[in-house]
Amino acid sequence: MAGLGFEETELRLGLPGGNDAEEATRSSGKRAFEETIDLKLKLEQPACPTENEEDEEAAAADVIPAAANSLSSPAASVATGGGNMKRSPSQSSVVTAELPDPEKPRAPKYVLLHLLCMPLLHRVMLKHAVGWPPVRSFRKNIQSSQKGAGAGAAALVKVSMDGAPYLRKVDLRMYGSYHDLSKALEKMFSSFTIAGSCGSQGMKGMNETKLADLLSGSEYVPTYEDKDGDWMLVGDVPWEMFVESCKRLRLMKGSEAVGLGHSEGDGEMQEQMLRNAYLHASGISCKDTALLFYVS
Amino acid sequence: MTYFPEEVVEHIFSFLPSHSDRNTVSLVCKVWYEIERLSRRSVFVGNCYAVRPEQVVRRFPNVRALTVKGKPHFADFNLVPPDWGGYAGPWIEAAARSCVGLEELRMKRMVVSDESLELLARSFPRFKALVLISCEGFSTEGLADIASHCKHLRELDLQENDVEDRGPRWLSSFPDSCTSLVSLNFACIKGEVDSASLERLVAKSPNLRSLRLNRAVSVDTLSKILLRTPNLEDLGTGNLTEEFQTESYLRLTNALEKCKMLRSLSGFWDASPACVPFIYPLCHQLTGLNLSYTPTLEYSDLTKMISRCVKLQRLWVLDCISDKGLQVVASSCKDLQELRVFPSDFYVAGYSAVTEEGLVAISSGCRKLTSLLYFCHQMTNEALLTIAKNCPNFIRFRLCILEPRKPDATTNQPLDEGFGAIVRECKGLRRLSISGLLTDKVFMYIGKYAKQLEMLSIAFAGDSDEGMMHIMNGCKNLRKLEIRDSPFGDGALLGNVAKYETMRSLWMSSCNVTLKGCEILASKMPMLNVEIMNELDGSCEMEENSVDPSRVEKLYVYRTTAGARDDAPNFVKIL
Repeated sequence: MAGLGFEETELRLGLPGGNDAEEATRSSGKRAFEETIDLKLKLEQPACPTENEEDEEAAAADVIPAAANSLSSPAASVATGGGNMKRSPSQSSVVTAELPDPEKPRAPKYVLLHLLCMPLLHRVMLKHAVGWPPVRSFRKNIQSSQKGAGAGAAALVKVSMDGAPYLRKVDLRMYGSYHDLSKALEKMFSSFTIAGSCGSQGMKGMNETKLADLLSGSEYVPTYEDKDGDWMLVGDVPWEMFVESCKRLRLMKGSEAVGLGHSEGDGEMQEQMLRNAYLHASGISCKDTALLFYVS
Repeated sequence: MTYFPEEVVEHIFSFLPSHSDRNTVSLVCKVWYEIERLSRRSVFVGNCYAVRPEQVVRRFPNVRALTVKGKPHFADFNLVPPDWGGYAGPWIEAAARSCVGLEELRMKRMVVSDESLELLARSFPRFKALVLISCEGFSTEGLADIASHCKHLRELDLQENDVEDRGPRWLSSFPDSCTSLVSLNFACIKGEVDSASLERLVAKSPNLRSLRLNRAVSVDTLSKILLRTPNLEDLGTGNLTEEFQTESYLRLTNALEKCKMLRSLSGFWDASPACVPFIYPLCHQLTGLNLSYTPTLEYSDLTKMISRCVKLQRLWVLDCISDKGLQVVASSCKDLQELRVFPSDFYVAGYSAVTEEGLVAISSGCRKLTSLLYFCHQMTNEALLTIAKNCPNFIRFRLCILEPRKPDATTNQPLDEGFGAIVRECKGLRRLSISGLLTDKVFMYIGKYAKQLEMLSIAFAGDSDEGMMHIMNGCKNLRKLEIRDSPFGDGALLGNVAKYETMRSLWMSSCNVTLKGCEILASKMPMLNVEIMNELDGSCEMEENSVDPSRVEKLYVYRTTAGARDDAPNFVKIL
């Protein structure tokens, strides 16, 4: 173990994107997309071979989905045969990590802890190589214009809020961003919370800020069920991708949202992750943990 | 046979089915060469730079049908820089000068200008058929010239071209005297189309058998047209998103029901699920169905339609059909020969609703499968072994796992054994595309077993030069080899240089070949054009410091009798 140079590795706990401890432990129940993608991978050329072969795959999956609407122009894409890990430009919000070449050794300087909510992130976002996947531009153009035009059926999804007497339905295609959606949900469910919390008093005592706090603070966590039937935290993936894959929405009460990256659960999450970190470091494969990181 | 009169020999030659057979007989003796060349009606040029246009028209002055292909295949995926070449002009000009009897022209991946189309239209009085696939450089004005001057036009087939839209007048340019249209495909035209002109054209074309419309054509226009074409065999619909009005769709169903000969259906641009039931009456007679431009149809809509298509032989779908949907296909479409499953999501490498399970289901249900293009999320060796056993008749097997270098999803091993099984069992395999995590071993298998293989596409695969050497030494019938992002270098490039003379072309991009290696190849093999492309436009800005400047980014090697071409742009260096 000594040879791995643990003293050089830097364990980061908490939400990605934070380089300092305060940022890492700051809670934000509503994970806006902008926060999650500000990921800086600092990796150097390999100095010593890695001992953990599993890390190859772990590294591959170790990337947070970035802005899908940055349709990477060919000029910006990099297609190399070697697959060296590259530092992502701080301006671009696209993480430029290519899959590591299995035969080349890696020894990054930083250990990166990736906070995930359940289920395990199985989608890998690569700054894609030019011409991959190999689909004719004609087809790509047609499909992007179909998506852009919002063609097809409205993306109607049921929205449930824990404690509310009945569900609502929203058309996700009516909104352009998470922000718009959250505003709409706030409006939609304000009647419940007002009635619930104020009883016969009506609007008194309830205002927009309080409701926003309710929704984006520690009380409610917005989650959604995706195409695979898994419950995900709202805000991780680019908006368009979310609209495509969201089947229903659930505003979960905070107490039920443990393990979803919820603010109050952070302490428990961090402890679990530390445990997993050591497990992984000692070579024990933990494919199913909510944690992926890269050890030199 | 030299004592037979020429007409008899010529007549015997007319029974030879393929170009290669005719090429062979022309080598027997001078007399046969002369007879053969003067009686040749159809010429196929697989690489437009392999031979000069003037040479072709001089040798075959009586050619009626000419097919020419331009850019290398990877140009489809933006790997070939724009302005690389592949110009149709010289071919059309040469033919206009020497082959007045030209009737058919087919071009693929070429740059065709409006001027060339006008020249084409005016030069050949008997011109009948124009087929352009994945071409660019022309506009609807060029099409107007074709329409107005080709009085005997039977076929105008535009597949996936990039056509500049200059208005709908081209469709009205067909003169009233033109009643010969058999096939019209303008699905790739982006702009509006004048419905009245279209209806008029269809009304005066009693021989119309194949009609593919573009997204601008409405449901009502489609219904009106179909009433005029009871003998239609192949239909590409127009737009099916219109706000759902039952009467329109009922009219459509009525019209469709009259088309008893209809066998093939495509288009479905933005089709809404509500319109699908109106197609049901047709399903039982369909042999071909293309739903790959319809992301709006989900698994349930797709399966409801496909489960009724019991005679289906060719199916193109998007991966939103999912593994479950493919199981429905497997149980319904026992005659399936060709399947293409395209990805619906290009921006997230790895996500797809389709995995190895779908393909295994297909292979066990559709034993007649010969042609496959399959984009998927993951694959396993076990699945590939099963597939190979179930369907040993594959001629084309193209598998694309969306995430490069992805290993076997259950064992984490490379997929060498799986693809090995495919090449071992499918003895008639002619085209293969591989993906996923692959070592040199898979190439050993391919070289050893894939004796009929003509085209091989490799991406992100292999460990060393040995991999490519297995291919170069083993695949006796190899014609086209295209490689990207794989660690093959000069050793592999130069390991069997004589082989390139037997092949049409080699493409290597983002591999490890160097300038030195290419120079050696060029000097050893003067009958090859060795083209190297290094883009200077900053697309490699992140690479500059870490990459060896003598490394060749893109290499295209092809045999030729024409010498170095004179239309190469400045980023192409021909050694």
